[in-house]
Amino acid sequence: MSSVRRLALAILLAVGGLSLAADWLSPASYRTQFREAPNSPPSRQHLLGTDAMGRDRFSRLLYGTRISLTLAPAAAAVSTVLGILLGGLTGYLGGAWARLGMATTDLFLSLPWLFLLITVRALLPLNVSPLTSVLITFLILGLLGWAASARVLCAASQSLRKSSFVLQARASGLHGVRLFLVHVLPNLKPVLLAQFWISIPVFILSEANLGILGLGVTEPLPSWGSLLRELEGLLSFHQEPWKLAPLILLMIVVTSFQLVLSKEETAA
Amino acid sequence: MVWKKILRRLSAMLATLLVAGLLAATLVRFAPGFDADERELDPHLNRESVQALHQSRLSEHNILAFYSNYLRNAVHGELGRSRSLDQPVLSLLRDRWPVTARLVAIGLFLAWTLALGLAISGALIRWSPYDVLGTSVSGIALCIPAAVLALLSVLLRIPGEAVVACIVFPKVYRYTRNLIGKTYSQPHITSARSRGLSEMRILLWHVFPIIGPQMAALAGISVGIAVGATVAVESLLGLPGLGQLAWQAALARDLPLLINLTLVITLVTLLANSSGDLIAEMFRSSEA
Repeated sequence: MSSVRRLALAILLAVGGLSLAADWLSPASYRTQFREAPNSPPSRQHLLGTDAMGRDRFSRLLYGTRISLTLAPAAAAVSTVLGILLGGLTGYLGGAWARLGMATTDLFLSLPWLFLLITVRALLPLNVSPLTSVLITFLILGLLGWAASARVLCAASQSLRKSSFVLQARASGLHGVRLFLVHVLPNLKPVLLAQFWISIPVFILSEANLGILGLGVTEPLPSWGSLLRELEGLLSFHQEPWKLAPLILLMIVVTSFQLVLSKEETAA
Repeated sequence: MVWKKILRRLSAMLATLLVAGLLAATLVRFAPGFDADERELDPHLNRESVQALHQSRLSEHNILAFYSNYLRNAVHGELGRSRSLDQPVLSLLRDRWPVTARLVAIGLFLAWTLALGLAISGALIRWSPYDVLGTSVSGIALCIPAAVLALLSVLLRIPGEAVVACIVFPKVYRYTRNLIGKTYSQPHITSARSRGLSEMRILLWHVFPIIGPQMAALAGISVGIAVGATVAVESLLGLPGLGQLAWQAALARDLPLLINLTLVITLVTLLANSSGDLIAEMFRSSEA
């Protein structure tokens, strides 16, 4: 493993660890209001100051990171499983199944991602509890983000289908789902892992976009999207640089996710 | 032969569009609150009027009937009425598309000029710090959410077109750079260099014909990326285009408007993708 990949992995582990320890590290809960000190600059009590509602920005950043970093991989897992079913399995079955699978994939890929997200999000109730909004947001990401993975998995399983060991297994009497589970799926594992890993930063960025547009996680629960909404009221980079903390952390994490994969894995 | 390909593409596009419409209609039909109509709460309406409103929605319960009715009206230019803005959807689309078209066109022009300029000059200069600079700038742009770029542009007083360009640029640049890099590493380029051909001649005669088809396909895809970016850019910069309309429709859960917008955007991106693919195919067939 190269030193850059090791550093990226270490950063991800550190950020993940810090967010998981939010209960102990944060000076206050993400919803505790310090009503006497709204919009206060960084101090010893509030490391990143407080927001317009007087809530500690550092605490909210830690809890928001926890939500985004826990649920983006969960959404990526959902999309990868759908990718196996709609791409991997149909590619393995071949013929009309593969054509149908790819036509569905093309349909999803032809829609601009953000348009698709806001359309489907709007079809579901907007006035929901914060916890439901978190689940809805990340479930939508997982359920709609499978198309790119499906295309790659379909191509991979189609090439495996023609490989000699699969032909040999077929000649030995192994067929159908059993052949797929025993011989094809284990060989798809590297591609699956790469697709899962690639999807995580995509979903983190998508959640941030939805959050800023007011269609993501609802208050008082923090996420990177809702924290970045604060940039709307930013006066200048020099006067309030601490407000850029969520953006800088998001950029570091997304870059780290991209650097962890090698060029070969990304190409897969 | 070319007409055959165009016809095949058009029929595939029409089929995709019809399926997309059916999916959208199905989603709208099963969306929570589909049956609710705020007008029924109007205290000025008597029981018969409320009953009539309720009855008018009963016909929409069957998805196929709902969708075929929608298609029939769409053919006659009737796309329904926006519930939140209380205006015909067609007039809303007509009023707002020029803003989006301008934003997308200028944004794409800027992004492609910058990306091609950097990628080609990088290949010609062959100086690694220059390449690292281009890759780092595009890498940073890739890590920033489109909505954040739009928010920061307000602070930095950057026009929306430049924000769309910032969103499209990294994807176009990275793909083009890799493609040009791969093409330059091919043996016939080394051979051309060893024969003393100028760098410009190599680029125009030996690199462009190879990367042409893929660049045409990428051009089609980049339209979809730019159109997608308009949601964030127009909403946060207050530009009255289709992206802002989609955002307003989503916040107001204006489903008739949203379904029409989705179909229009799907049509635009499908047209762009198909045109890109078709040009790529024509490139390849002329090469062969």
